[in-house]
Amino acid sequence: MTGAPAHSITETTVPRFARGTRLQYDRVREMWFIQAPERAFHADPVAAEILQLVDGTRTLGAVIDLLAQKFDAPRPVIAQDVLAMVAELAEKQVLLHA
Amino acid sequence: MTAPPPPMSLLAELTHRCPLQCPYCSNPLMLDPRTQELGTAEWQRVLDEAAQMGVLQVHFSGGEPMARPDLPELVRHAAKAGLYSNLITSGVLIRPDSLRALADAGLDHIQLSFQDAQATTADRIANMAGAHAKKLEAARLITDEGLPLTLNFVIHRQNAERVPAMLELAEQLGARRVEIAHTQYYGWGLLNRDALLPDRAQIDATTEAVNAARTRLAGRMSIDFVTPDYYEDRPKPCMGGWGQRFLNVTPTGKVLPCHAAETIPNITFPNVRDAGLAAIWEEAPIFTLFRGTQWMPEPCQSCAFKEEDWGGCRCQALALAGNASAADPVCHKSPDHQQVTQAIASRPQTPPPFRYRRFGNA
Repeated sequence: MTGAPAHSITETTVPRFARGTRLQYDRVREMWFIQAPERAFHADPVAAEILQLVDGTRTLGAVIDLLAQKFDAPRPVIAQDVLAMVAELAEKQVLLHA
Repeated sequence: MTAPPPPMSLLAELTHRCPLQCPYCSNPLMLDPRTQELGTAEWQRVLDEAAQMGVLQVHFSGGEPMARPDLPELVRHAAKAGLYSNLITSGVLIRPDSLRALADAGLDHIQLSFQDAQATTADRIANMAGAHAKKLEAARLITDEGLPLTLNFVIHRQNAERVPAMLELAEQLGARRVEIAHTQYYGWGLLNRDALLPDRAQIDATTEAVNAARTRLAGRMSIDFVTPDYYEDRPKPCMGGWGQRFLNVTPTGKVLPCHAAETIPNITFPNVRDAGLAAIWEEAPIFTLFRGTQWMPEPCQSCAFKEEDWGGCRCQALALAGNASAADPVCHKSPDHQQVTQAIASRPQTPPPFRYRRFGNA
C-alpha cells in the first residue's frame, strides 16, 4: 500500500524508495534508470537529480532547497517539478511516503 | 551492420526440472536433462558478462529455479554485479528458511505463478495435488518477508471465467502487480491448443474484468494484461524486436533471442560454454538472422508498422506457416492468416485431456 493518497504530497513529506525499487546509474548506456519489479525505466536528468536526494530521511522541502541552491533556480519552479514527480512515482508504486 | 543496442534483460533458465506439469509451459518440448545443466561457476560468469554488456535485470526462471541448491549463491552474485534480480517461481518449494536465504542474498522481487483461483482446478492444471495450498502459503511468507510480489496467472478456456476471482486473490494476498496472461501457443501450449484456446466471449469477459479491476485498484496494484494474439488483427512486437532487448540462456547454456527459439531449424545455437555472451549477442546468426527489418519479406517489408511490430513472432510464423521468415500468421495481411482462423473455427466443443509437460511426454 502506498499510504496517503498522492494529492497529500507536500513539502513536509518524507519519501523513500519502496522495497524492490531503486535508482541505478547504467555505466554502459551512461544514463540513470529506475529499477522496479520486472521493468527498468529511464530516469530523465531532472528525475535523476531529485531521486538522488531521496534517502528516506529528507523532507521534500529539504530536497527542493538543495536543488534550488545547486541549480541557482527559482524555488517555486523547482518545488512544482519535485512535487509533481514524486506524486507520479508514488502512483507508480516506486516511492512510498507514509 | 552497426552494433545492436545492449540487451536490457536476461532470462536465466537454471533448470527444466519442475514439480509441476502445466500443459502450457514455455519450456521447449525437448527438455534439458539435469546432467547437462550449467554449473554454479558457469552461471556466475554469465551473470558477470551480462552486467558488463548492460543487462539491467536478471530473471531466474526454469523449470523451477528453486530446484537448484545454488540459487541463493547466484542471487548474491547477481546483486554484487549490480543486476536487479527477479525470481520466477511456482512457489511449491518455498519454506521460511529457503525464502530467508534468498532475501538475505539480495533478491529484489518474486513472481509467483498460480494456475487458477481455486484449488481443485488449479491442482488439476498443474497435475500436482496440494500445489495451490503451497502457493497460498508461499505468498504469505513472501509478503511477511516484505519482498515485492507479482502474481502470474496463465489464462485459457478452462480458467478464464475466474479472472475476477484471480484479481481478488491477488489483492487479498498483498501483491503489488498481477499478470493476467493469456496462453501463448508455442511448444507445449501449441500441443495442447484445443484444450486451452478460449472463445471470443471468454476473451471479451477477461478484458472487461481487467479493465474494471484497473479502475478499482489504481495506485495500489498494477495489472499487466497479455491478450491471446489469435484474436488480434495485428501481431505483437515479440520480445520488443528480435535480438533488441532480451536474451535467454537455457539450462545447458544455449543462448537464444526468446525462450521458444530452439524450434528454429537449420541453425547452430551458440552456447556460453564456447563463446562470450557479448560476442554471441552481436554476431551469432541466431541473433542477426531476424534483427532489424532487412530480413523481412512482403507483406512486412512495405508495411507502415514494420518497426512497431517487427513482423511479429518468428516462432509463431514457423509453427503456423512452416517458415520462420514469414509474416506472423496472426497478421490479417499474412497469406497464412487462415491458419489462425481455422484453429479458432476447428476448436472442439469439449476440451480434450491435457498432455502434461514432463520429460518424454511430447
